[in-house]
Amino acid sequence: MSVRSRRGRRGRWSGVRHEDGLRRADPALGERTEQTGFGPTELIPAATATLPSGRARGEDEAGRSQLAVFRRRFLRHRLALVGLGILVAVAVVCFGASWFAPYDPRAQDLALGPVGPSASHWFGTDELGRDQLSRLLYAGRISLGIGFAVALVSTLGGTAVGALAGYFGRATDRTLMWVTDLFLIVPELAILAIALQYFGQANWTIMAVLAGLFWMYAARVVRAQVLALKEQEYIEAARAAGASPLRIIVRHILPNAIGPIIVTATLAVAGAIIAESTLSFLGFGVQPPDTSWGNMLADAEGAIGTDQAYLLYFPGAAIFVTVLAVSFLGDGLRDAFDPRSGRR
Amino acid sequence: MADPTDRADSARAAIPDPVLVVEHLSVAFRGEDAVVHAVDDVSFAVAPGETLAIVGESGSGKTTIGLAILGLLDGRTQVTGRVQLDGRDLRTLAESELESVRGKQIAIVFQDSLAALNPVQRVGTQIAEAITVHESVGRAEARSRVIDLMGLVGLADPPRQVDQYPHELSGGMRQRVMIAMAIANDPAVLIADEPTSALDVTIQAQVLDVLERIQARTDTAIVLITHDLGVVAAMADRVMVLHEGRAVECADVDDVFYRPADPYTVGLLAAVPRLDRRAVRQPDRQPGPPPDPGRDPGTDDPLLEVTDLVKQFPIRGGIFRRPTGVVHAVDGVSFSLWRGETLGIVGESGCGKSTIGRAVLRLVEPTSGAVRFDGTDVVAASRRELRRLRARMQIVFQDPYASLDPRMSVAATIAEPMRIHDSYGTDGAVRVAELLAQVGLAPADGARFPHEFSGGERQRIGIARALSLEPDLLVLDEPVSALDVSIQAGILDLLGDLQAELGIAYLFIGHDLAVVRQICDQVAVMYLGRLVETGTADDIFERPAHPYTQALLSAVPIPDPDRERRRRRIVLEGDVPSAADPPTGCRFRTRCWKAQDVCAEIDPELIDRGQDHPVACHFAETQEVI
Repeated sequence: MSVRSRRGRRGRWSGVRHEDGLRRADPALGERTEQTGFGPTELIPAATATLPSGRARGEDEAGRSQLAVFRRRFLRHRLALVGLGILVAVAVVCFGASWFAPYDPRAQDLALGPVGPSASHWFGTDELGRDQLSRLLYAGRISLGIGFAVALVSTLGGTAVGALAGYFGRATDRTLMWVTDLFLIVPELAILAIALQYFGQANWTIMAVLAGLFWMYAARVVRAQVLALKEQEYIEAARAAGASPLRIIVRHILPNAIGPIIVTATLAVAGAIIAESTLSFLGFGVQPPDTSWGNMLADAEGAIGTDQAYLLYFPGAAIFVTVLAVSFLGDGLRDAFDPRSGRR
Repeated sequence: MADPTDRADSARAAIPDPVLVVEHLSVAFRGEDAVVHAVDDVSFAVAPGETLAIVGESGSGKTTIGLAILGLLDGRTQVTGRVQLDGRDLRTLAESELESVRGKQIAIVFQDSLAALNPVQRVGTQIAEAITVHESVGRAEARSRVIDLMGLVGLADPPRQVDQYPHELSGGMRQRVMIAMAIANDPAVLIADEPTSALDVTIQAQVLDVLERIQARTDTAIVLITHDLGVVAAMADRVMVLHEGRAVECADVDDVFYRPADPYTVGLLAAVPRLDRRAVRQPDRQPGPPPDPGRDPGTDDPLLEVTDLVKQFPIRGGIFRRPTGVVHAVDGVSFSLWRGETLGIVGESGCGKSTIGRAVLRLVEPTSGAVRFDGTDVVAASRRELRRLRARMQIVFQDPYASLDPRMSVAATIAEPMRIHDSYGTDGAVRVAELLAQVGLAPADGARFPHEFSGGERQRIGIARALSLEPDLLVLDEPVSALDVSIQAGILDLLGDLQAELGIAYLFIGHDLAVVRQICDQVAVMYLGRLVETGTADDIFERPAHPYTQALLSAVPIPDPDRERRRRRIVLEGDVPSAADPPTGCRFRTRCWKAQDVCAEIDPELIDRGQDHPVACHFAETQEVI
């Protein structure tokens, strides 16, 4: 879609917003006609007056599927596009590290030792003379993989628990929330350490254990949303129409709770990446020869305050940029899912 | 159209020494896209002891005027014009000077007393603050003045209530507290912004009474901002009609009601549903007995038969949330409804009328009693049967903003009941377009989302959804009470047309008696979970026999100033008792002027007592009150 046509839309729709009661409808849209109409005869012109613009809008919106409407709204969100661009770029270079990495990440050059960023080693090298850029790219695979997998699993699981607890209430709610609170109060690092000792420190066990420690936030947020939403009259309307609880949860409640769910998911991505870093820092996380960003930070612990501080900057920046990009993306997704944000 | 400024000027000339003069007041809001003129060149004046009503529908700018006079609008707004109070232009005053005027010379009463009172401060403290802000008085003196004020506004037990918190008081009592705060410094001007809109009619009557008494005592000029033309007719000396920020009419109350000059005023007056007659009716249906092809009373079975319906809600308290009592929301209600007929259930908030509507659809489970729909027991129905039954009984909700899923397109909303009952099929889209047309919307509207529509249009969408399965019964739960009168009329007409066309039975739940009069064939009056009087609309409105019905009808102001001046109003004392602890015997006896010992001992049955319709009162006696 060209910029010009978008501007055209903005002009045409500018008057329609009336949620705050101040922006009045454009008379051409026929809404005002109803405000001042007093009976059936006056209402008919109102209905017909809606037609021209309604038809124009029909071409705009009815011709597109829901997905197309969603895409159009998302594409208008600049920061989200920036976030998406960054994430895609980071993912491509990390997962395509075997092509992009200039060196073997494990190749040591003890003779070279630690040197700062240079033309041959953009991000410098560590004490063992390993190329930091190459290590960073390979480490990104694991950090991103763990971050997104944990976010996905914990959000889905937490959403299911929260929705059931909030919708059914009573004993279901009490039981599920009791379990949730139990998970919230356990000392996570201790559990992690024990669990990883027990299950072995494979990357997927780290992921599973982290997901097991992150789902409660989504559960709490979703439960609170469901508690508020299930009192809405449109939920009662769906019940009155004979809808089953599953249909009500999936079709009415979750779509309306999508904003907070997405925010929780983006926080979980960030949280998981950071939690993995913490674990690796403490030595429980990703085990050598695998590397993650957190692991690199841990290795660089001794560099604080020395002239090798660049060893901290690059993995730190990688975590920071990724987490920020995820939260921009989350903002855009949340807005795109909300039809009320359609006109701006 | 006559220039409203001229008329305001001439009106001002007739009244000596106005205390508040507003000239060429304009307020503009800078929106995201454009500047919106909320108030556009409005002028008026109010004299001591006079009541000026500013009338308009939502969005007309009436509240903005009140806030602009007090200088309470924020920096995003542009205010121009003059606001002269006793010769001083308030618009030129500094904020600190304005503070000494607000509450002292001009005071305001807001609509929502729960939001306007601080929930963590005792009401006495809050009233005292209104005094101590402007003058230094000792604690004891402040307290005694607060108690006097509370007595003045008709609070029953000031020495006790002075130490209560806002949530401990009922809505009517809180509004009295608000008025007490407003009049604490004997202001020259009192701005009352929809002071009774959130209250039930019997409580509204009490509060309006208080305002009138205070005005008579202190000669305050009152600016009454309202949408209710009945209240205007009852209270106002002069009226300014506001439409989209402009004063289309400003004249004496009689001129506005009997000789309106502006077409907008004419339309507004015509659209107001009236208690004293069936005014706005669709042309193809005559008022009077319902057109009922199949019905032969006595032999035909009713579509809906409710017998001894009881619904109690447990009250949980304490740390273990154990049930500590029950609220008797509905307590033994029986009625029948035939096809193609409309039964109105009326009563004040909390009387249980909405619970009846929900219990009929089993959206709440009745505690006991029977609901038979077309011969099937709804209460005993299995989940499967219930699903099938629900296809034939649908509901339209009060709040057109809350009752539509904001994430669903209009077409998807209307189609949902069909999808649930697997009747969408291949021609579902055609059916949706047909339904949209039936409720007066365009087929292309189906692709839009609820937030793009006005309240009236949304209510039409809600009706289309309810009609999609071609139900036999529609529960209408206050379907028009959230709408402006001009839009109300359109929805009521639509409902009437649909009934004539489709033969649907309506169970109409409402608190607005004038609206009920427009649409209902049969009416049941409810008080504290019980029906107190039932009959045809004419029985109830022309020949009410229960004291509560009489008080309720008498409390509704009629948009006819002359009639209002001649009417004698029955003002009930006190509030509705708690449904958790209802009075013994007759539920109404604690507020009834006819109450005697027998009322506390013997619960009057709902039977015909010689008035040709059932009344639950030992001393039933027909009396015309409208």
